[in-house]
Amino acid sequence: MTTATSKPHARPEAATEDKWLHAYRQMVRIRLFEEQVNELYTRALMPGLAHLYSGQEAVAVGICEALNIDDYITSTHRGHGHCLAKGASPDRMFAELLGKEAGYCRGKGGSMHIADPATGNLGANAIVGGSVGIATGAAFAAKRLGNGRVAVCFFGEGALGQGSLYEVMNLAQLWKLPVIYVCENNMYNEYTHFSETTAGTILGRAAAFGIEGASVDGQDVRAVNEVATRLVERARSGNGPAFLQADTYRYSGHHVGDINREYYRSKQEEQHWKTERDPIKLHGRWLMTLGQAAATALEQITTEARAEMEAAVKFAIAAPYPSVDQVEQDVYA
Amino acid sequence: MPERELTFAQAVREALAEEMRRDSRVCIFGEDVAEAGTPFKVLSGLVEEFGAERVLDTPISEAGFTGVGVGAAMAGLRPVVDIMFGDFLTLTMDQMVNQAAKAHYMSGGHWRVPMVMRTTLGATRRSAAQHSQSLHAWFSHVPGLKVVLPSTPYDAKGLLKTAIRDENPVVFFEDKMMYKLKGPVPEEDYTIPLGVADVKRVGEDITLVATSSMVQVALGAANVLEKEGISAEVVDPRTTWPLDEKTIIDSARKTSRVIVLDEGYGRYGVTAELAAVIAEGAFYDLDAPVKRMGAMHVPIPFSPPLEDVTVPTEETVTEAARSMCKKL
Repeated sequence: MTTATSKPHARPEAATEDKWLHAYRQMVRIRLFEEQVNELYTRALMPGLAHLYSGQEAVAVGICEALNIDDYITSTHRGHGHCLAKGASPDRMFAELLGKEAGYCRGKGGSMHIADPATGNLGANAIVGGSVGIATGAAFAAKRLGNGRVAVCFFGEGALGQGSLYEVMNLAQLWKLPVIYVCENNMYNEYTHFSETTAGTILGRAAAFGIEGASVDGQDVRAVNEVATRLVERARSGNGPAFLQADTYRYSGHHVGDINREYYRSKQEEQHWKTERDPIKLHGRWLMTLGQAAATALEQITTEARAEMEAAVKFAIAAPYPSVDQVEQDVYA
Repeated sequence: MPERELTFAQAVREALAEEMRRDSRVCIFGEDVAEAGTPFKVLSGLVEEFGAERVLDTPISEAGFTGVGVGAAMAGLRPVVDIMFGDFLTLTMDQMVNQAAKAHYMSGGHWRVPMVMRTTLGATRRSAAQHSQSLHAWFSHVPGLKVVLPSTPYDAKGLLKTAIRDENPVVFFEDKMMYKLKGPVPEEDYTIPLGVADVKRVGEDITLVATSSMVQVALGAANVLEKEGISAEVVDPRTTWPLDEKTIIDSARKTSRVIVLDEGYGRYGVTAELAAVIAEGAFYDLDAPVKRMGAMHVPIPFSPPLEDVTVPTEETVTEAARSMCKKL
């Protein structure tokens, strides 16, 4: 169950590629996707807001590699990594980011609302903590329908301030729902260090409800995958919800325009994480030593991913906008 | 054989039971919905028939279990979420307004949220300001939601069945003062489409457009007016969205005088919208300005003599209609 070869996946190379090489590829794809987003945004080609996932790739990849294609996820305003890791294709994602009809939401959602039923993605959400009920409800449906699916609810540590999270955690534990709450602690609620907003401990919140809790180094994709696999299998076999704290770091500002950040965190801190704690570098180093991968194989992955992202951006730029008469479509089903 | 009569509450329960028998995806959750059958006993007997897997008592967490309803609907169920008092809707607003209402549109039509939220409205139960409000206008304002306001047991059954089968989030408001109201309800399966008004009484001189409990008030007033030689037509939109503008406008053009009645607040409320629809569609056929009657713009007070003056009554509606018809 934990090998990439045994489960359905949106990307063909997953069927044959070594599991950890594939995890590397997924992280590189996310990083290069976000580099393109940054480029599009700063060149004023992308309207709206852009919240980059760079630095946190091991969390999305480590967890989504433990899921089946039809398992559910809910995502956040910083959601590009979750979407890609769950199997979304970058061309339609970029198209959505640019408001084009070829986008996942036909241009109506944008960066903060990418949703994709084909990969179980119930949607990114621009309300902090806004999807905790949706993920829990999807888990309720999975249990009621007996389809064996689990739901993963991604949220940042900022969502720990939202009361509805505790309402649904209570419910999930009472009803033994197959949902995993993944708290990506990148340490900053927008522009405020989480220690200023978070009393007690993060895992103490799970413990209060008797929910199985775990914490993991969110820069270590193998460690994330290992604990995720355990919690997912646990939920899938009817043992109820879990809460995973993944400690990680957001390389960029809260959004692309958040450039002068020194009033809330130092450049040295950012530099430390980028050089010493980078999930792609760390995993690449492991692959080349213990993982028996050649440096050329990793370079090849980067080259392929870069070409893929460049082509996807090209596709999105060339894609047409939706016609104005679509504005009233899909208000109601 | 005389027509079978049910109370409003029994009609709601029958609709739920029939839909739960028809479709195993339908489930109910909310506070005290199972063995207690809600404080109003609307759901009595359902957990016994359908089991605790489908009729679930929740913690007192309106935001949480409403969100669970949204996600469950997206993932293949047909949840009916019970919000005991309409006043508690404030706790569900993010889930309804930002999540349920927008999921279909924001996803480019890919996800659907076929859920029903059942709740109450209505004052004069001596329940004071936090258990007496009629907040349906808030939901009528939001694209992506549908809002249903049944006024009779017959409508309650037919409209609720339609709401459960609808592919969208539907908010279903029941006036808690009407639960004991009796009326004919067919035993067979029937549905009433959303967005189709019902002319509850045909008349010539004045139109009373009324929603929910105010339909009963309007019918009472119409009886009094008839004795005075004033023929009142009573039009019940039944849903504030989708809204059957045509039936309302046609009636206004026919009678040339209109009072709009709704138990919510008038300011920026349902009566304001209905009056605007009538003004836009029937202006040149009107003999008098459209009159709006709704809850007074105050928090609903507890003291009975104070509370009683906050909502339109048969007497105040009769007086208003009388005065409008005399003015010609």
